Amino acid sequence: MSKTILTVDDSRTMRDMLRLALSAAGYSVIQAEDGVHGLEVLADSDPDVIITDINMPRMDGFGFISGVRQGGRHRAVPILVLSTESDIEKKQRARSAGATGWIVKPFDPVKLVDAVRRVSA
Amino acid sequence: MDTMAAIKQTFFQECEEQLTELEAGLLQLDDGNHDSEVVNAVFRAVHSIKGGAGAFNLTALVQFAHVFESAMDRVRVGKLHPSPDVLRVMLRAADVLADFVRAAREDDVVPAERSAGIVLELKALAEGQGVAPAGAAPAPAPVAEAEAELEFIPIAIDLSSFDDLLAPPSGPAGFRIGFKPHPALYANGNEAVILIREVGRLGTLRVTCDTDEAPGLDGLDPEGAYLFWTLELETDKSEADVRSIFDFAEYDCVLSFEPLAAPAALPDLPVVETELEFHAIPVEFVALPDEPVAVAPPAIEAPLAPSPAAPRAAVEPPHAEAAAAGAKREVAAAAAPTIRVDLERVDRLINLVGELVINQAMLAVRVTEAGLARVSAVAVGLDELEQLTREIQDSVMAIRAQPVRSVFQRMPRLVREVAAQTGKTVRLVTEGEGTEVDKTVIERLSDPLTHMIRNAIDHGLEKPEKRLAAGKPEEGLVKLVALHRSGRIVIEVSDDGGGINRERVRQIAVDKGLISPDAKLTDDEIDNLIFLPGFSTAAVVSDISGRGVGMDVVKRSIQALGGRIAISSRPGEGSTFTMSLPLTLAVLDGMVVTVADQTLVIPLTAIVETLLPRSTTVHNYGEGTRLIGVRNGFIPLIDVGEMLQFRPGVDDPKTGIALLVETEGGARNALLVDAIQGQRQVVIKSLETNYGHVPGIAAATILGDGRVALILDVDAVVSASRDDAAAQSFALAG
Repeated sequence: MSKTILTVDDSRTMRDMLRLALSAAGYSVIQAEDGVHGLEVLADSDPDVIITDINMPRMDGFGFISGVRQGGRHRAVPILVLSTESDIEKKQRARSAGATGWIVKPFDPVKLVDAVRRVSA
Repeated sequence: MDTMAAIKQTFFQECEEQLTELEAGLLQLDDGNHDSEVVNAVFRAVHSIKGGAGAFNLTALVQFAHVFESAMDRVRVGKLHPSPDVLRVMLRAADVLADFVRAAREDDVVPAERSAGIVLELKALAEGQGVAPAGAAPAPAPVAEAEAELEFIPIAIDLSSFDDLLAPPSGPAGFRIGFKPHPALYANGNEAVILIREVGRLGTLRVTCDTDEAPGLDGLDPEGAYLFWTLELETDKSEADVRSIFDFAEYDCVLSFEPLAAPAALPDLPVVETELEFHAIPVEFVALPDEPVAVAPPAIEAPLAPSPAAPRAAVEPPHAEAAAAGAKREVAAAAAPTIRVDLERVDRLINLVGELVINQAMLAVRVTEAGLARVSAVAVGLDELEQLTREIQDSVMAIRAQPVRSVFQRMPRLVREVAAQTGKTVRLVTEGEGTEVDKTVIERLSDPLTHMIRNAIDHGLEKPEKRLAAGKPEEGLVKLVALHRSGRIVIEVSDDGGGINRERVRQIAVDKGLISPDAKLTDDEIDNLIFLPGFSTAAVVSDISGRGVGMDVVKRSIQALGGRIAISSRPGEGSTFTMSLPLTLAVLDGMVVTVADQTLVIPLTAIVETLLPRSTTVHNYGEGTRLIGVRNGFIPLIDVGEMLQFRPGVDDPKTGIALLVETEGGARNALLVDAIQGQRQVVIKSLETNYGHVPGIAAATILGDGRVALILDVDAVVSASRDDAAAQSFALAG
């Protein structure tokens, strides 16, 4: 069975690109548009890996990651942060919120899939 | 690649949305709403554009968005107050950003002089220098230099070559890696096993697991971390390559590297660490895991070690979850789900519904022909079908209906630009942005509106000093209003300028030979001269209103939409242009009438009432002009058959029926027809696209019996009749 990836990003462009790259690599992809929506989607699904943006309306990536980590059954799911920002401070903040890894946008599909493989069993 | 092209298209669509949101947000800030949500939305809009642009290597767009974002970021973190001065810069930056987006879409470049100034201003804001006073802008540095500093795209540098240089020359290449995860590593979703597996991919790996710290089952914390590993990796990769696997995990573990050639020794680990101080997760999860933990054999080749962070079952109180679910539902309800549909599909649906309407009308005719009683089951069923058809039609039309907001939102930018070019200060007030109208109408509304707003600012509003002299506020007002009125959408563009200079308009029309010097014209007629082809009030065609487009083009494009445009002006107080357009270009409620054996359809919205002409109410007035008495007044009676040249005028109007109609301007007239067949919903088929424009006819339709009927353009017929039957009849009315 193929692994399921949840992507959380407010940009339709990014969602499309993520879907394209991940589907091509054989993953099934489910998507959410912001942190709040992400948590809602999580309530009814069991992704193997989560990829999230940081800057989003309603609930940003940090909030979303904390939400996942504090929540019940999904708190150990690997979470990759996908962001245009690459400064140490932001990375540090994502890490303390509970992120598993970091991918800098614009991403290269090969690296993205590689990063996903790296954190998924 | 097709998919990428499609995604790129999505990106540009999204850019348009973000730009709209950006502008709306900035305008809100300008209105004094400094809510952090607004600031964040503005920031996010720029940020998203930058992110997407990066994915498509749109470097120029990325660079500009980045500068903009940096300045916006200072507002977001509260270091820069969004003062009117700052917002003016931001709004201009938003306009330039839109230019960059457009340039990127069209594979064009934004001229350096368009962006250089604003880049410097944004940089000044981003660096906390504040807004440069107007006119004292720093000398524009060469753009190349300004932009060179903005390059931010991280460039991956392959450090392995350096590592090679530094690597010891002898011994089997590789590392002995000591790896001791903290509990936080598991809490963050990392897995020791996976990390070890990844290390194994880089070469030949021997793994030794140290279980010395693992307590007995009674002392075991399921969230704890008790195992550590020694990884002996034979590889030609550099230490940096191997470390990159641990990337984030590196903060949550102790990691040591030493070359394999060195004598084997257990890594030097700070062993005395108590688990509790690393607990990232509250200790409510006291349940022991079912699976045995930390009894891995001393040496393993394959990634078999069960993780200490294995238990993943939720142990949450059920009521808390229910409450959370309730909250989620509320949030979900707030954002109604939407889908995007290809316009072509909607259009096909609309066409089909159009055919359905015709078909249903045809069936009704057949039923009548068959002589079935009105109460027969077939007739009743047909009535229901008609109801349903109508509902389907309304629903389908609602799909195409969109608020005019999308067009209105483009106008603030236009106003800013034209105001800057003319040196006038202008405030744009919009009302009724939520008014819905068919998408086709909206799309074709943009150009005429643009032109009318340019006109209002360029020709309508006076220069500031003249306004002050006239006792008006320095700031000119341009109002853009949309509203629904009797089945049509009415859009008004008004200004509080000087109004139409009738003397000058008249003079120009005479000079250009559009009217004869001795023509007697009412104020209204003079105002309407500006719609004549070849009329342009500007002595020099200005850059703004000029562009080779006159009001006649505006009028024609409005007419092509089945609309009308009217003007009213008061000297010294301003002018108002009123456009009235049909809500949809697809169907129409009409009254089917007979005129000289021809079947015509008259739009129901225009008809006020029907009258039976009597010898006591109809009066001849001058040559070929008739008036009909309606209650207290008299209104012109227009013989439709004569106007359309179906036949000469009827001698006895009492043989026909008069339809009292109201034109857009509010003028009342009566149309004389031979007989009324009934009311029907008809599908509009354009005459222009299938045949050509016919004066007095708006469009055609197909009736239930399969015959083509023409739809009357009431306003055109009335104004044509006015040409010969002069305006004096109005004097008698009322």
